Parts: sequence; structure tokens; C-alpha cells
Amino acid sequence: MAEKSSYKTTAERRRTKDQSFVEKEQAVVEGIDISGQWNRMYEPREIQDYDTTYLDKLTDLPGGESMGWCYQCAQCVPACPVDTAGGDYAPRKIFRRLQNGNDFFNHRDLWLCTTCQNCLRVCPKEVDMIQIIPAARALAVLEGNVPDELQEMFQNVAEYGNPMGQSPRKRARWTRKADAAVRVLPKDPAPVEVLWFVGDYYAYHGRGVDAANAMTRVYNRLGVDFGILGADERSDGDSQRLAGEPGLFEELAEHNIAQFRKYQFDKIVVSGPHAYNAIKNEYPKLGGEFPVEHYTQFLSAQMPKLKPLLTRPFTRKVTFHDPCYLGRHNGEYDAPRALLQAVPGIEFTEMYRCKAQGYCCGGGGGGMWLDGYAALHQTERLSENRVKEAVEVGAEVLAVCCPYEVSRFEDAVKSTDNDGKLEVLDIIEILDRCME
Amino acid sequence: MDMTVLLKRVPDLVEDLEVDDSGKALDEDSVSLKLNEFDDHALEEALLLKEGGGGTVTVIALDGEDVDKMLYTALAKGADRALKVMGGDPDGGNQALAGIFVAALDGHGGDLILTGVQAADDRDGQLAPRVGALLGRPCIEVVTEVNPGDGKVTVHKELAGGVVAEYEVDLPAVLGIQAARQTPRYAPVSRVRQIQESATIDTVTSAATEGAGFTVVAMTPPETGEGAQMLDGVDELVKVLDAKGVI
Amino acid sequence: MAGDVLVLAEHFGGSLGDITFELLGMGKTLAGEFGGTCTVALIGGSDAMAEELGGADLVLRLGGEELADFNPEPYGEALLAAIEAKAPRVVLIGYTSMGMDLASTLAVKTGRNLASSCIRVEGGERITTTSQLYGGKMDVRSDLGTAPCILSVLAGSAPADAGRHDGAPTVENLDLPATAGRVRFKRFIEPEAGDVDITAQDILVAIGRGIGSKDDIEVAEELAEALDAAVAATRPIVDAGWLPKTRQVGKSGLKVKPKVYLALGVSGAPEHLEGMKGAATIIAVNTDKNAPIFNVAHYGLVEDLFEVCEELTEALEDR
Ligand SMILES: Cc1cc2nc3c(=O)[nH]c(=O)nc-3n(C[C@H](O)[C@H](O)[C@H](O)COP(=O)(O)OP(=O)(O)OC[C@H]3O[C@@H](n4cnc5c(N)ncnc54)[C@H](O)[C@@H]3O)c2cc1C
Ligand code: SF4
Ligand code: SF4
Repeated sequence: MAEKSSYKTTAERRRTKDQSFVEKEQAVVEGIDISGQWNRMYEPREIQDYDTTYLDKLTDLPGGESMGWCYQCAQCVPACPVDTAGGDYAPRKIFRRLQNGNDFFNHRDLWLCTTCQNCLRVCPKEVDMIQIIPAARALAVLEGNVPDELQEMFQNVAEYGNPMGQSPRKRARWTRKADAAVRVLPKDPAPVEVLWFVGDYYAYHGRGVDAANAMTRVYNRLGVDFGILGADERSDGDSQRLAGEPGLFEELAEHNIAQFRKYQFDKIVVSGPHAYNAIKNEYPKLGGEFPVEHYTQFLSAQMPKLKPLLTRPFTRKVTFHDPCYLGRHNGEYDAPRALLQAVPGIEFTEMYRCKAQGYCCGGGGGGMWLDGYAALHQTERLSENRVKEAVEVGAEVLAVCCPYEVSRFEDAVKSTDNDGKLEVLDIIEILDRCME
Repeated sequence: MDMTVLLKRVPDLVEDLEVDDSGKALDEDSVSLKLNEFDDHALEEALLLKEGGGGTVTVIALDGEDVDKMLYTALAKGADRALKVMGGDPDGGNQALAGIFVAALDGHGGDLILTGVQAADDRDGQLAPRVGALLGRPCIEVVTEVNPGDGKVTVHKELAGGVVAEYEVDLPAVLGIQAARQTPRYAPVSRVRQIQESATIDTVTSAATEGAGFTVVAMTPPETGEGAQMLDGVDELVKVLDAKGVI
Repeated sequence: MAGDVLVLAEHFGGSLGDITFELLGMGKTLAGEFGGTCTVALIGGSDAMAEELGGADLVLRLGGEELADFNPEPYGEALLAAIEAKAPRVVLIGYTSMGMDLASTLAVKTGRNLASSCIRVEGGERITTTSQLYGGKMDVRSDLGTAPCILSVLAGSAPADAGRHDGAPTVENLDLPATAGRVRFKRFIEPEAGDVDITAQDILVAIGRGIGSKDDIEVAEELAEALDAAVAATRPIVDAGWLPKTRQVGKSGLKVKPKVYLALGVSGAPEHLEGMKGAATIIAVNTDKNAPIFNVAHYGLVEDLFEVCEELTEALEDR
């Protein structure tokens, strides 16, 4: 027999040694004789004998539990932007590799997730990467396993309160170039309507400063009574929390909360979705409850006042990129679109992946400081994938409302050889251009 | 190997330094102090040596604003003991500081003393060789690698042009570290906070020491214009390179 | 006030370093002001080296071949013996890797004042120095009075030509003092070819997308060779695989602080600036006069990078 064929029949395969079964010689159930093969039951079979140390280590972490719920349906795979960008990723794959004994805490899988939440949207088992990833990273950071780029960011934020490692004293320096007055609350602490939380990129990044100046002009034209924290503002901490430094997040949050408490204001208006997410959802856990709006929400609520000011037409074909932490995480899809629709002359086009299904720019969850790391493990950057889509839908302008994104997409426009074809603008810059 | 790392805080160069009204010193309002980056490398190298071959690491610094946090951070990274010297003048220069540290360490400091190769405010020499000379111990500056041996260490000293010289140095010794074998580690804030609750910082009173026997008469920022000075052609570029002493 | 000057000669691989002549030029000027002499201490040197030191009034030789390789312990003892023998008013030592081992140690042993990182020294009745401190952000003038002192001087502070004079200087030999032998020189390790550490370079030639194609990187490499520099790059150049990741400067690359950063066809994106804004001198070459790199550069040239490379390489080779 053996020499005849190396294949086994189904019956033979059933009877292999490690698939033993039990049969009771005599068995009667409810008067029916099921002796012998009629009561045959397979012994529970050990289908794998892998080391689950790391899977256990992960699911034992507070926040890491849901990784163990995955039943491999693969819904998340096409949803994951990292997989789309050639990263061989998504919770399904991470879980499978964990089952196979992979040391997640020393593996690229730990760092590629941008916490964009698109997988959670489709996952029937509610495997929640937004909880899993920060918890696992926090452990790795404590153990000293951090990619260099990210470590440097932590170091900068811990030392200076901003990821660029710039002097905290220079945080309000951008206002010197602003062509309208900006009230700095520590110097002029009288009550104010809006406390504008400017954020790192608006304060320090060249293109962010452009947007901050535009914001200042728009507020002034609208007659908004606003003030900023100036040198007393620190990073909102959201990216640090998601990247695995909860202690640093708390320190930053406590600092910012203490600053907020010094002043009387109606609401906080933030420039960025991460600051929005942090102040809205995370600061309250530390006792800091403040009314907060993203600037697109604040401005779209003033449409009757805003619209008449938008007089100069902007006759370009524009598409909009939903930031994960404004859209999917916090459910705001309409405010930025309302502002764009109010722009005279605009030709607005949606990208294929938009709103709840929006594609991630790659900057979230600490991705801003894992750029080199991610590039090593993916075939393209998420921002590049997105820019190609914007070009494909025929847009001339890619509008954004997250301060990280201008830098990411402008860079991706160059790296995908789309120089001159696509301009990246913050919505506030477009509004500013439309006001005489 | 029992090691001591000397930590010094220096004006942070991310700030725009300004001169005060006396014209001889930095305007305190323009200054924020941070750990000398080379000292951070010295600490990292000491921690790596400890992790590789056992021993202890003691860190020592002059008292000052935020010094506790700096010392707790060192403990969080893995140092065993922190020593704070009370009452020393942080602007006294390295001559005075070397004397203060040597006295605070009872003229000892274990088998190996490590500190940064230099600091931004070194106006009267470097700390490592000064400490070495006071203790009568050999000292090597610009060290980029330390390998422990029996009663000695083998070190790499960086010379010009990327050439490295290897020396064997008998212990006890003093080293001025240029760069640790790896990027100085990061101390997660939660760990620093935890250490702050549980660890203590020992204190010792500063000895009176003699400072540099000379005075600063003026401090001025070098003249630089706003923005780039535009050059007209390659000839001018050559002149600039020449003036910078690189060709 | 009268007085003499003692200059420490530095040598490596059998030849004197530029710093020796820079210090000698400086020392001669000082000695002139004092009405004294300028002596060079040549430790572990050769006859050929001594002959190059014609500018000195006296060459004091301590040890020969056996001490050719620098070792801080015997060099320190030898220099101490030289100072004791000649009692100079000023000792000039380079603020270099070798000099850093010696200057502070000798200051302690001789009880002399030491001013470091000097870029200027003025003699006369009192000695006044200017030190470049705080990462080059401050020039600090110090009055060292009339007491004998040691000065450690930054390379490039004085022209080397002023110290270069052939001719047979007077040579005096001084016995080497005994040393404890606690430091033993083992070997020199030459940097491995191809394995450039851009964070350890004095000069970087950085290229950006302005370079256009992989083949044209050669142009920058030739310039780098003429400058004794290494080639660094922006991220797009590395992304394209034209240069290895170890050459990338910026936010997601390496942070560099060379003496001179020559940026060719680099626009100056904030992510790139994060990696190089600490360079002592930034020179930018860009065809676009509005490129943001000019906001951080100390010197700018609005020209085609290829023309600049070619001309500059030629000019350097002609020198
Ligand atoms: C998260 C993140 C991290 C990043 N990290 C880094 C990083 O670490 N390092 C980095 O460099 N970038 C980084 N970037 C990319 C950065 O944003 C820029 O895209 C990049 O630095 C631009 O490179 P460049 O200057 O070579 O190209 P460009 O911006 O395209 O500039 C080319 C320049 O060359 C000039 N030029 C063209 N032809 C000539 C010629 N013949 N002669 C002279 N000049 C000419 C042009 O005028 C132009 O100014 C990062 C981006 C992101 C979003
Ligand atoms: S969608 Fe959920 S259950 Fe399905 S494979 Fe992905 S993580 Fe597992
Ligand atoms: S959160 Fe986003 S990036 Fe992370 S695994 Fe899910 S889909 Fe992928």
C-alpha cells in the first residue's frame, strides 16, 4: 500500500494517531441503541501547539483583552489602511501571528497601527485596536523597546512640551508675524469668549503657522473674542498617549487643565482633531471637563455671519480628507463639508473613501513620528496612497482640517510626483482666501 | 565596577540667549537649564556597563531648580543612588565644580568616574580632566566606547577625521564621554513619577573651593544678520569656507 | 610685561596637524607683543617635523619614535616638564581631542588659569581672551590678568600660513620624565570605507531633489571628496534608494551638527530642518530664491547646483 500512493483517503486521514476517537461498546440513549460506531466521538483535538505567551501577555493587559476575541473573519483586512499600503497588516493578521507565538512586543506589528479605527467599524467581535495598541505600547515603552524616532519625540515633549523640541517660550512667537492682534491670556487674563488651543503644528511648523495666521484673520473678521495660552500651552498629549506614553499624557493633560482653570471662557476651540479628542474624551477622566469644539464646528455654527464674508470666489476643484479623530472617532463629518460648501465658486468632489470609511493619512496614533519606521515595512506611505486618490478624483486642492496633514500630504504630493497638480490647504486657509 | 556620573546643567541652546544689563553674563530670564547632553551619554554608557558587567551607578549634581527631577530621571533610567550637593555656585566654572564634586565624593567616586566630554559653558577647561588631575587618576576625553576588563577598561577615543585610538586604562580612572554606544534611553514619565514616590536623594553640603582665577569682562553674541547673507558666485563661497577654517 | 610663549605641536600619522601652525602663528604674535620668544614643544615627533617648525624660536623635543602615538599620560608629563623648564607666560594648546586631554590636567598640576575654546588672544600688559561658548551663540571675553596661563584654542582661529616657515630652527632636547604607565596605547582604528557616520562629520554636502537623478549624485560626491566631507541627503533621495538611510537628515532621519552644512537643491521643509538647524554654518544653494532653506541658512547662493558644484570642486582642487 505504502508504495502505491503517499496520499491518504479521507477515511484513513480520520484515523491518524493524533485524531483518536472514543466509542462506547454499549450505549442506549432514550431507548435507542447507539452502541459502537453510532456513538463515536472524536477526542478534543489539539490543533496547534504554539507558544501563547505573548498572546496571553497582551490579553492580560487592561485594554488588551479584545485581541483574544478575534475569530478570523477577515472583515478588517480590506478596511485596514496599513494593509492597503503594503504593510501586511490588520488585526486578523496580528492575532494569527500572536497565535503562532510571535513576540508582539518586539515586533513591527506593535508600531504600524495608526489607531484609525476603521477595523473596529467593521469587526463583528469588537476587537478594539484603539484600546489594544496604546496598552501594549505602554508596556513596550516601559521595557525600553521604542523606535528611535518615537523616543526622540517623547523626549522632546517631556522636555519642551512640543514634539519639535522647540523652546516652549517661543510657542507664541508665530503671533509676531500675525497681521492682527492675538490676545495672550497669561498677559491679559480678562474673561474671553473663546480659548483657542493653538496646538504644536500651528505654533511651530511653517505651514501650520500659515494656518494659524489665517485663523487669526478669520476670527478677527468674524469679531470673535478669543485668546490663547501662549507659552503656557503644551502638547495636547493625545498622540503621546496613543503611542504608549500614558504618564507623559497625564502630565501634559494636568498641565493644560491647570491652565484652562485660570481663565474664564465660554468654550475651548481647537485647531486639531487630536486636541479635540483629548480634551473631549480624555481630559474629563482626569477631572478636566471643558466645552470644546473643533474649529470647523465652531465656524460652521456661525454660518449666517460667516457666509456673507465669503465674497471672493475660489473656483477650484476641491476634495476633502476626513481626519480619523474628527470623523470616525468623534462622528463629525458635516462641519468641514458645510464650510467648504459655503465657499463661493468651489467645485466639491468626494473621494471614494470618505466619511466613516475615510482613509487614514498615517499620522495618527504616533504615526507622525514613525514615518521612517513605517516606510521600512510598507510599500508606500498612507499619505501617498491618499494623495493618489485625490488626484484620481480630479481634485486640484486637497482640503484638510488637521494640522498634521498639511505636512504629510504636501510631502506625499512631491513623493508621488504630483508637484503642481495638487495643492494641500487647510480649510481655514481657503476661508481666509475668500474673505476680502 | 562602581561608577559615578557627574551631571551638570547648562543653558539650553534652543533658547535665544541674551546678555544681561551688566554685559558680562547671560540674562537669567532668557536661560533655561538642561542636563548637558554629553553627560546624558556618560550616564547611558555607565548604565550599559552596569547592565553588562554588574556594579553600581551613582549620579551627582549641584542643587538647583528642577535638579530633583533630573536626578529622579537618572534613577528611573537605572542609576542606584543620587547625590545632590547643596550650596555650590552653579555659575562658578569647572575649576570650582571639580573641587566641589571631588570633596562631595570624599576624594573617591568608585572605580570609574564618567562625565560629558565638554559642555556649552566650559570657559575654564573641562570637568573630566580636572577631576582626574585632582584625584591623581588617569583621564581620557572624547571617549566613544568603554569595555570593562580586569582592573582596567579599554576605551575608544575619537581623534580627528573619524580615526579612533584605543587605550587600555588602569582603574580607578576618569572618562569624558563623547557618545554612548547607543542613544541615551528614555525614562517613561510614569516610571519617573513612581521613583519620585519611592526613592530618596541624598544630600551633602558643598565644600568651599577655589574658582577660576579670572573674570569675564564682556559677553556678546557673534554678529549675524537676519536671514541668509546672499553670496555672489562661487568665489565668495570659497572665501566663506576659508573663513570657517574648513578648507 | 615680558614673557615667553610655549606652543604644543600636534601630529598624527607622521605629520604635523594644521593646528600646530595656527598656534605657532598666534604664539609668535603674542611673543612679539611680550618681547619674548616662542617655543614649540614637540613630543614624540620626528626630525622632519622639527624642520617644518622654522617659525619657532626654539623647538623643544621630548622623546621620539617611541612616543609617536599620542598617549595622554606621557604627553601630559612631558608637557609639564617643558612648562617647568621654560616657565612660559602663555601655553597654547589646541582645543582638539588630544589637547582636551592635556590642557585641563596641566591647569590643575601647574595651578595656572585656563581659558578654553579661545578664538582670539590679545597680549600685552594683561592677557585677554575671547572664547566661543554656548554652541557658538556667545563670544565671552575674559581678562586673565598678568599671571601665567594656559589657553586652549579652537581650530581655525588663526591662519596656519602665519606659522609655516621652513628653515632650521634651534632644537633643544629635554629628557622625558618617567610615567606610571596607567594608560597604554593599543592601536588606531581607521574609519571603515563606505561606512560614513554623517553625525561625526565636520562638513556635510547635503543633496535634495534638486539633484534630479541618481547618476548626478556623483557630482556631489566629487565635491564632497574635494572638501573632505560626506554626502548627506533629504528623505526623497533616500526613499528613491539613491543613498542609504544612514545618510538621511531630518525628523525621521539623523540629527547632525557639522561645522558646515552645504545644502544643494534642498527646499528646507520643516522636517528636514529639524535634523540640521544646529549646524554651525549653513550654506544653501537653490535656484529658487524664495526657498525656505534661505530662512535658516547663514549664506545663500541662488544658482544652479551643478554649476556651483563644478566650479567649487575645481576651485578647491586648484588650491
Ligand atoms: C512625518 C514626516 C517626516 C519626514 N522626515 C523627513 C526627514 O527626516 N528628512 C527629510 O529631508 N525630509 C523629511 N520629510 C519630508 C519633507 O517634508 C520634504 O518633503 C523633504 O524634505 C523635501 O526634500 P527636498 O528638499 O529634497 O525636495 P523639494 O522640497 O522638492 O526641494 C527641491 C529643491 O531643489 C531646488 N532645485 C531644483 N533644481 C535645482 C538646481 N538645479 N539647482 C539648485 N536647486 C535646485 C528647488 O528649487 C527646490 O527648492 C518628512 C515628512 C514627513 C511628513
Ligand atoms: S474583523 Fe474582527 S473578528 Fe474579524 S478578523 Fe478582524 S479582528 Fe478578527
Ligand atoms: S486601527 Fe486602523 S491601522 Fe490600526 S489595525 Fe485597525 S484599521 Fe489598521
